[in-house]
Formats: sequence, C-alpha cells, structure tokens
Amino acid sequence: MDWEPVIGLELHAQLSTKSKIFSGASTAYGAAPNTQACAVDLGLPGVLPVLNAEVVRMAVKFGLAINANILPRSVFARKNYFYPDLPKGYQISQYELPIVSKGEVTIQTESGELKTIGVTRAHLEEDAGKSVHDAFPNVTGIDLNRAGTPLLEIVSEPDMRSVSEAIAYMRKVHSIVRYLEICDGNMQEGSFRCDANVSVRKKGESRLGTRAELKNLNSFRFVERAIEYEIERQIEVLESGGAVIQETRLYDADANETRSMRSKEEANDYRYFPDPDLLPVEVSADLLAEIKASLPELPDAKRQRFSADYALNAYDASNLTGTHELADFFERTVEVSGASPKLCANWISGELAGALNRAGVEIDQSPVTPELLGGMLKRVADKTLSGKLAKQVFEAMWNGEGRADAVIEARGLKQVTDATAIEALVDAVIAANPEQVAQYRDGKHKVLGFFVGQVMKDSKGKANPGQVNEMLKKKLTG
Amino acid sequence: MHIKSVSELSQALRAKKLSSRELTEHFLKRIEEKDPELNAFITVTKAQAIEQADRADAMIARGEAGPLTGIPLAHKDLFCTFGVRTTCGSKMLDNFIAPYDATVVERCRDHGLVMLGKTNMDEFAMGSSNETSYYGPVRNPWSLDRVPGGSSGGAAAAVAARLSPLATCTDTGGSIRQPASLSGITGIKPTYGRVSRYGMIAFASSLDQAGVMALSAADAALLLSVMAGFDERDSTSVERLEERFSENLDAPLDGLRIGLPRQHFGEGLDHEVGACVEAAIAEYKRMGAKIVEVDLENTDLSIPAYYVVAPAEASSNLARYDGVRFGHRAENPQGLEDLYKRSRSQGFGAEVKRRIMIGTYVLSAGYYDAYYLKAQQLRRLIKEDFQRAFDNADVLMGPTSPSVAFRLGEKLADPVTMYLCDIYTNAVNLAGLPAMSIPAGFVKGMPVGLHIIGNYFDEGRLLNVAHRYQQITDWHSRAPKGFE
Repeated sequence: MDWEPVIGLELHAQLSTKSKIFSGASTAYGAAPNTQACAVDLGLPGVLPVLNAEVVRMAVKFGLAINANILPRSVFARKNYFYPDLPKGYQISQYELPIVSKGEVTIQTESGELKTIGVTRAHLEEDAGKSVHDAFPNVTGIDLNRAGTPLLEIVSEPDMRSVSEAIAYMRKVHSIVRYLEICDGNMQEGSFRCDANVSVRKKGESRLGTRAELKNLNSFRFVERAIEYEIERQIEVLESGGAVIQETRLYDADANETRSMRSKEEANDYRYFPDPDLLPVEVSADLLAEIKASLPELPDAKRQRFSADYALNAYDASNLTGTHELADFFERTVEVSGASPKLCANWISGELAGALNRAGVEIDQSPVTPELLGGMLKRVADKTLSGKLAKQVFEAMWNGEGRADAVIEARGLKQVTDATAIEALVDAVIAANPEQVAQYRDGKHKVLGFFVGQVMKDSKGKANPGQVNEMLKKKLTG
Repeated sequence: MHIKSVSELSQALRAKKLSSRELTEHFLKRIEEKDPELNAFITVTKAQAIEQADRADAMIARGEAGPLTGIPLAHKDLFCTFGVRTTCGSKMLDNFIAPYDATVVERCRDHGLVMLGKTNMDEFAMGSSNETSYYGPVRNPWSLDRVPGGSSGGAAAAVAARLSPLATCTDTGGSIRQPASLSGITGIKPTYGRVSRYGMIAFASSLDQAGVMALSAADAALLLSVMAGFDERDSTSVERLEERFSENLDAPLDGLRIGLPRQHFGEGLDHEVGACVEAAIAEYKRMGAKIVEVDLENTDLSIPAYYVVAPAEASSNLARYDGVRFGHRAENPQGLEDLYKRSRSQGFGAEVKRRIMIGTYVLSAGYYDAYYLKAQQLRRLIKEDFQRAFDNADVLMGPTSPSVAFRLGEKLADPVTMYLCDIYTNAVNLAGLPAMSIPAGFVKGMPVGLHIIGNYFDEGRLLNVAHRYQQITDWHSRAPKGFE
C-alpha cells in the first residue's frame, strides 16, 4: 500500500536579546547554575513581569519576513502546570491572540519545485529552567538561568509531505531568523529547537491520520532520523492492523527510536487565561512601518538577485545565500577581486568551505577574509597566478602568511608569461625527446600532454600552461 | 502622642519638640502593652524601627524631611520587607524572609517613615474577618469578642487602637474598606494602577490594590501621596503626574452631586446601619451637596462574578508555593508529587484551599467559557453601570458593610454568608474604581462606615469629601475604651 506522511513542525527560536523577556537578568549561555536568575525569574512572592520591548520588535520582524498578519493587540496568557523548573507554576505564553499569524515560507522540494508551507502562528513566550537529573545522587538539580529566556514559537500547518520537505522548511526558517539577526540558530545550545507532529495516511485520503508529537529533536540530523523512524513505525502499526494513538514521543538519538512519553489522556489541562499582570502588547502602525523599513534583504530575494546579477546557477545562488554571513562574504570577495562571480563562487564553495569544515570554523571567523581571498583571485584573474599555484597561496594565507601578493613574491610563484623564457624551455624539452617528437609528428597527438607536463615541471609550475600549450603545438607541427 | 493627628506630629517633629525616636518608642510601648489583647501584629520590628527613627531624626536635622519623615507606620504582612519575615498570614510563608522591598515599602522607607512591624491579615488576604490567619484571629478594639473585619484586620485594629498612626493595607474585594468600617477608622482603596503592586504578594492580580488606613482623611492623604505613583516594575501601574492629595482637602462641597445606588439600600442592610448612613448623607446636604438616585443594576451579580475572577487568578498566583524553592516544604518527600501534595496540603489553610479549588475548576477545559469568560462579561456590565452612574453623580455613597462587626466564629462555618459581607465593596474592585470608608456613627457601641466611591483617579475629590465631613463630625476621633 502507498502511504503519505503528513508533517507539521513547531520551531522554538530563542530570541537573541541581552536580557530576559520579563526581567533584567542576562540571557548569556553557559553561566554557573542559578547565577542568572533574579527575583522575577525565581518567581518570588510579589514579583511582577515587565515585557522586554525588544522581543516584540523581533517577533514583528519575523512576521513581516514571512508575510504574516501582525496583531495590533496580542495578549499574554498563563499556561498553568506544576514542574520544579517552572518557578511560578505557570509559563507566560500567548494563546488565543498570538502576535504573528497566517504567514508562509517557500521551500524548494527535492524535484526543484517551489512549495509554500503555511505558518499558522508565531507567538512569544518565556522558556522554563532546566532540571538536572544526573548531577547529584537521588535528587534533581534545578538551574533557573534559562527561565525567562525569550522564545518565539513558530507553528507550521501540516503542509509537509516528506522528511526532506520538513528539513527544507526547518532550514529555511533557520536561515530567516538568522538573516533577521533575531536568533543565533545554535542548535547545540538549544537556541533553535524543533518538535514535530507526524502522521501517515493512505495516498489520496483527505482526512488526517492520528498524529504523534516528537520531542527532543536538537539537530537537523535528529529531526530527519526521528521523523523517518516515526513514519516507518506508524506505517508498521497500521499495516499490521493496529491504530496509531495520539501521544507525545521522545526521540532517543542513541537508540535512534522514538518512545512514548505521555498519551492524550495523560496530557495536562493547562487552564490558559489572560495574564492579569501584563497589558496587551500593542504594535502601532508607526512601529510596524519603522520595522518594515529596517528589514534586511531576505534569503529568497537575495537568491534571486544573486542569480540575476552574478549570473550564478540555481545551485550556487541557493548555496551562497544559505546564511547572510556567507552571502556577504561572497559579495565582498567579488567586489575586491574584480574576478568573475563564478570563479569566486567556486573558490568559496570549494577550497574555502573545505578548509572551514576541516577546521570547524564558521565563515565569519575565517582566517582567510574576503579581502585576502579577493586579493588572491584578482591575481588569478589577471593571470599572475595559475589556478594550481593559487591553492598553495590559499594555504599560506590560511596559515597567516599574509596577503596573496606577499606570498607570491616571497615564494616566487609568479606565473611566467615571458614568451622568450617559455620558448627556451619548450625548445629544450623538444630537443631532449626526439622519440616523442617523432610520435607526435606521426599523428599521435596524445603525447602533447607529455610535453606540456615536462615544460611545466621544468618551470616549477610557473609557466602559463595556455602559452606552453600553444607554443608546443606550433613547434611540433612546424 | 497617639491621639494627635499625623500633621500635628509632623509639625512637632520638624519643630524638634519631639524626636522620631521618642515617637517610635511610644508606639512600640503601646504595641507591647496593648497588642496581646488584639493580635494585630504578626511581627514587631523593634530594632529596625529604632534604627529607622534615628535615621529620620538625622534627616530632620539635615533639613531633608518630607511631610511624613519620622512618622511610624505598620505594613500589612503581604508587602515584602527586605530581611524581615513576610508571611501573608500563612503557614506556607512562615519561614519566608523577603530578600527585597516592595515598592510601597521602599517609597515609605525612602521618605523616612518608620516601620513598626507587620500586621496580621487573613491568609493570602482571603477573608472578611481576619479569622483565616495562621497567626490567629485579630480582635476588634471596640469589642474584643468581635472581628475587626478583613482581610486587613490587623492594620484596622492597630490604627483603631492607636498602636500605629498609619497603616498600609490592600483591597481585593473590600479588604481595606470593610475592616475600616468595622473598626471605626478611615480607609482608602485607590484606583487600580495608582499604587504599585510590585512586592505585594498577589491574591487576585486584576483586583488587588494597595491603600491606606488612618484616623482621618487628612492623615490618609499624606501617606497616599507617598505611596502613589508610576512604577516601571509594575506593568499595570499607571503613568500620571504625581499628585499631592492633601492640597484640595478643604474645597467646598457646594453643588457636589452625590449618587445613592438604589441597590445599596435594599434587602440585607441592617436598618440601624442604614439610618447612620442616611444621617451622614443629610450632613452632606447641609453642606450644599445635591442628592441623586442612581442604579447599579448588576450589583447582585458582583459577588458571583468576583468569586469566579478572584479565585481563578488566585489559583494561578498561588501555584508558586510548591515547596521547591521557598516557603513550607513537607518533610521526607517520597517523590515530586508527594512533595507538592503534602507541602501544599500542610501549608495552606481551608479558605485558601477552597478558593484554589474553585479557581482551578472555573479555568478548566470545558468550564472556562461558562464561568471565567462569563464573569469577565459581567465585569464589563458592572463597569458600565458605574460609568452611567458617574454621568449624573460626582461620588456615590452608601453603607460600606451591611452590618456592624460580627462575633468571632459567627460566620466562619458558612462561607457564603461571609462573602456577602462584601456585597457593596466587591463591585468597586471589579470596576477598578477608588473608594473610601469613613466612620459615620455607632450602632450599639460598634462603628458604622460610610462608603464613598469615586470616578477613576478621583482620589483627591474622595479625600476632600471625606475631610469636610470629618471637620463637622467627631466619629473618627472617638477611641475605643481601653485604647484612648
């Protein structure tokens, strides 16, 4: 039987504010436990939340970026449940009236088509603290540093029909929040998290199947594996005549499986109601206009511009606009080098990406800056440097040996384009290899490669290969 | 000293005829002697009081004194006080030493007021008799076998017995006005948002408002001027120009339109209490006020609306008392659920549990629309009733409470009868309006309170209206026997 998966994602983007959503405590990651939790975060008797205005601007930015409705008056509600890392006994979130609703995100499917994924809503909320179960014997530790960290929860429609669509959507949202600089996107530190709602149904069926909610998906790879596993599991259940039950399942990365956490019957009644400690969040037309005017160029627009202005193919355009740091790097490199955008793209996606990857360094920390790379490519473009020797120069720059011109000078890597010098080398090689000369003249033109190789070797790679080629042909034929 | 008005004391302090140290020691001594009969204080902060008094004397010496510098006061035990136990009248917070000052406390301290101690109250401010306190009931100075009203019963008894010239207090459904009425003193609950709620332990956040108890409107005006004002730590506090509420106290009342809500003079009102209130209104007529009848049609719905909204908010506000970080924690918990259940079962009293249960119920899936949402709709209707009434009236008057103070234990077994004590006051909180209670006579030796309700941010007028009455009557200056 043919089954169709139906997937919706709930993404949590931690907003990169300096202080928390309702208090002045710092949001910096990695501090000693409970050193960044003030009276408000601790939920001491008598304290009150005060909204950090910056989070509203960030949510509005996101809403505008996905072409969504921005509510002029949204409301914070209390989600009530007991848990030791939830100090107040409720989480302040948005429920009936979220700040952002009805947006859309365009993704490219595996077949290359564009597909629009609906975003039901995006709402502001505070994060809970962290329960530490393995630090002390028989007791659980509570770290409230994270309590009150601002989150934007982005809820999609169940519009995705494959794992690859889900990943493409997640990557797109990841890229948008990073372009907007409202979230650092760091999944290891939990700044960007994903819960997935997964169900399957028979192809052609219009009703949705019963879904399971998958939690604990803290990398792109885990999201992919967990959804894959869950789809297979549900198909197996259905094909063996069983029924999928609505439940929350936890992904175990070590075992690569999902396990039941709680069923619908065990689910909390959160008793949402508007938080009387906070006023409705107002977004005026002026604020909206101001934020709209300040929006940066977004991934889709940038990709289109890269295709048009730099004549890049779809792959390069999409790849180079994956993050705004990468896109900026590329544009600056083109500007500095004056070389062809394709040459720059090849170097950035090839040599540079490889080196960054090996070193585990992000592009904005690259030791080879756009100025250095551009400076080198300028020399490739004006033929001072051969493509082969450029790799040497790149390596030298990576190791901190300075600008390309300095490296070329110091290592004597300048390409030889002086015809007289090249002619001397060519003549010497011809004279030394009469047998091969005879072969060539008998029509075995393949030996030309041998001659080129010899000349290049004698020039220590510095001779211009094009020139060598041409001169050899002329002399051998002559 | 304890029968002088606050402005007289203030003058004496600034003329250096009296030091704050002497004044403070005088009141501390009265507390030591008289409070065992009343139980008005949960904590007396003697050492801090002496220290603050000396600091106030130094301020006066440097010429930095404000109108209330050096004047002693008592804080209701739900205002967080740095380094001082803040119990909220509950076993749950019996061990809670607040690590910060409430905004109200901070403003009083900065002004140079001297804190004598923390006053008794119904547990988490839930009650109208001060009998739900973990620290035992407070007795009414006018008759020791009667209640002082609640929830600010300790504050009311302390002021009535002249143990403190001023007291801070809070009002969620009548918790300032009803005890002020039953204890024969002046109490004002300001407009919602006028005084910061930061550091005030929440009962029902959309209804709670801090205010003042004193022996007169003139005294209350002085303290309210110190307490009121915008606070960036409370999103619901209102940004307005600071007001000096003492400035307009003497304005004439010619042409003042007094609205009498028909519904506040009907069934359920003790006729002798009604007669006192009518006599007071007659005095206002003589001062040139005009009387108009107004309708507050939905008065009878205010109790049900209140007893949905207030418990709903309370059920959530009190969730933080879970034994994990502060407050009462059950011994030897056998897991998380056991820790929660036993800490909360042991830490909260019966009335608090009842309201948490009601509040949890009305917010539950399937009941939310029928209760919480409906109550919010009623709340809007009640607010509109008041708005219409204020089209024809400048202030509204009636009885604060349907009867004088009842006996200890009399209403404890029947919560609904107890809830009806606040029939005239609840609606004011639902609408967020300012209101006062001032002494207006006695029935069989027990004080009667006149309820004066004002329009939003019209506290200045309320105090003016109350003050003019107190200039021609002496109800407010009579002291209970044994506490003169």
